[in-house]
Amino acid sequence: MDIQFNEVSYTYQPNSPFSHQALKNLSFSIKSGSYVAIVGHTGSGKSTLIQHLNGLLRPTAGAIKIGGFQHQAGAKTANIKDLRRQVGVVFQYPEHQLFEETIKKDIAFGPRNFGVSDEEIERRIPDVLKAVNLSPDLLERSPFDLSGGQMRRVAIAGVLAMDPKVLVLDEPTAGLDPRGQQEVMDMFLDLHKRKGLTTILVTHSMEDALKYADHVIILDHGEKYMEGKPSEIFVQNEALQKVQLDVPEVIQFIQDFNELFKQNLSYQGQTEQELAEEINKLLRKEEPTDE
Amino acid sequence: MSRQQIVFNNVSFRYADDEPWVLKDVSFTIDSDQWVAIIGHNGSGKSTIAKLINGLLFPDQGEIVVHGITVNAETVWDVRKKVGMVFQNPDNQFVGTTVRDDVAFGLENRGEPREVMVERIANSLKSVRMSEYTLHEPHRLSGGQKQRVAIAGVLVIQPDVIILDEATAMLDPKGRKEIMATVNDVRAEHDLNLVTITHDLNEIIQADRVIVMNEGQVWLETEPRDLFTRENVLREIGLDVPFVAKLANQLQLVDQAWSQEPLNQKELLDALWTYNSTK
Repeated sequence: MDIQFNEVSYTYQPNSPFSHQALKNLSFSIKSGSYVAIVGHTGSGKSTLIQHLNGLLRPTAGAIKIGGFQHQAGAKTANIKDLRRQVGVVFQYPEHQLFEETIKKDIAFGPRNFGVSDEEIERRIPDVLKAVNLSPDLLERSPFDLSGGQMRRVAIAGVLAMDPKVLVLDEPTAGLDPRGQQEVMDMFLDLHKRKGLTTILVTHSMEDALKYADHVIILDHGEKYMEGKPSEIFVQNEALQKVQLDVPEVIQFIQDFNELFKQNLSYQGQTEQELAEEINKLLRKEEPTDE
Repeated sequence: MSRQQIVFNNVSFRYADDEPWVLKDVSFTIDSDQWVAIIGHNGSGKSTIAKLINGLLFPDQGEIVVHGITVNAETVWDVRKKVGMVFQNPDNQFVGTTVRDDVAFGLENRGEPREVMVERIANSLKSVRMSEYTLHEPHRLSGGQKQRVAIAGVLVIQPDVIILDEATAMLDPKGRKEIMATVNDVRAEHDLNLVTITHDLNEIIQADRVIVMNEGQVWLETEPRDLFTRENVLREIGLDVPFVAKLANQLQLVDQAWSQEPLNQKELLDALWTYNSTK
């Protein structure tokens, strides 16, 4: 689904001494099927933004279009339940929201709430279990018997079982060990491609934004600070430093390498292996007597 | 054996008799002047070790000695005077309505005289660079600031051991940097045993030694530089190595002449420079 923010502002507790404007005149477009990273330090407005995507918050000014849905200031949003079914949000530490007696019931809770029939839910469960890499043997167990990483998978399965068109991920790897992080991110990339989802990733990891997203939006104090292709945004050291963000490690390394060795190595999503081979070639060329 | 150590002797632990062992026959010694990082996959037993060190849990088998005191139900309050802990969630560890009250909490529990308290609180907040926030409300601080106050609350009791149990996991990159800078300052000023439990690979780099846990057992004890050469086996147990180490390991595969084990980008670039000029 195409998503469009048109001069969206949001103020918490307006007309009170605690009034706080979290989003200011925010405009951007997200094309259906794209994978967008939203980046910015704590307090930049990321969480407020994603709560607008499924209608948990309504703009205090401006308008949002999500597919055919209109979500704007001062007007009731038609079919908001349908919007929430189509925009699946995986919140931070989603395993904290598990509550059912069995894993199966927990996964079924979301779709059942949205009126999906039991037969249809039965049909979807094997698919989502496979997507999150959980064994069907676990279905009748309590979600609270599982490890932290497995609990997170159950929570994600519950969102996937609603068969959303847009997937919003709020720091989905926080607290997971390195393998867990990699598995979860690879799983979302696979779903994104296989189901043609529109994926919106909120992250503190510039590395993940660079690796997975095809578009990045940087927020600062509730405003859009920069947007563009990750490979073009993440080379702008000074601009990023101004909003207290770091250049991804690989880009920093390539910049320093180029400066030290007067080379023109560029980042094109190389693996460490490919990078090592390129570096070796470049350095070897400098020594014509070698070989 | 020096008294100034944390010693685990054949420690085993499980939460209930009918549950699997969380720690199995774990033995190690942490010397008093060391910064030791404990790493391992989710569920490997890392956090259980932290809870055993300050007597939040007691071992089912084996013995734990913290700076000369064997940890058990009778000694637990003496142990806790020596061991300060900072946990993962910055919002779960505040009791005071101001930063000062919160830092004072640990001292009030120990019946220290007022003059001592005032001075120690001021010094602790200075160590974590939070002096300007003395009268602020803790819940209005940023995540990194909250964790710094939590560290001040630990420093104020002048512990011999500080344990950071994934204390940076919920922070943004800026908050993480603040905490690690604070930890370095504190270490420079105080004689401290520092134990950090973490998934953050870049946090491990600064430690003197790393204990790697796997399925409840000590899988390896080594220095960070050596650890990062073991990329493949680390992956098998759910862990990984930082970018710099990955690239260095790949360079080694491309050319056997490459024998460096850099820990950070500067070391990597220096090593490349040397490599290039000696070829």
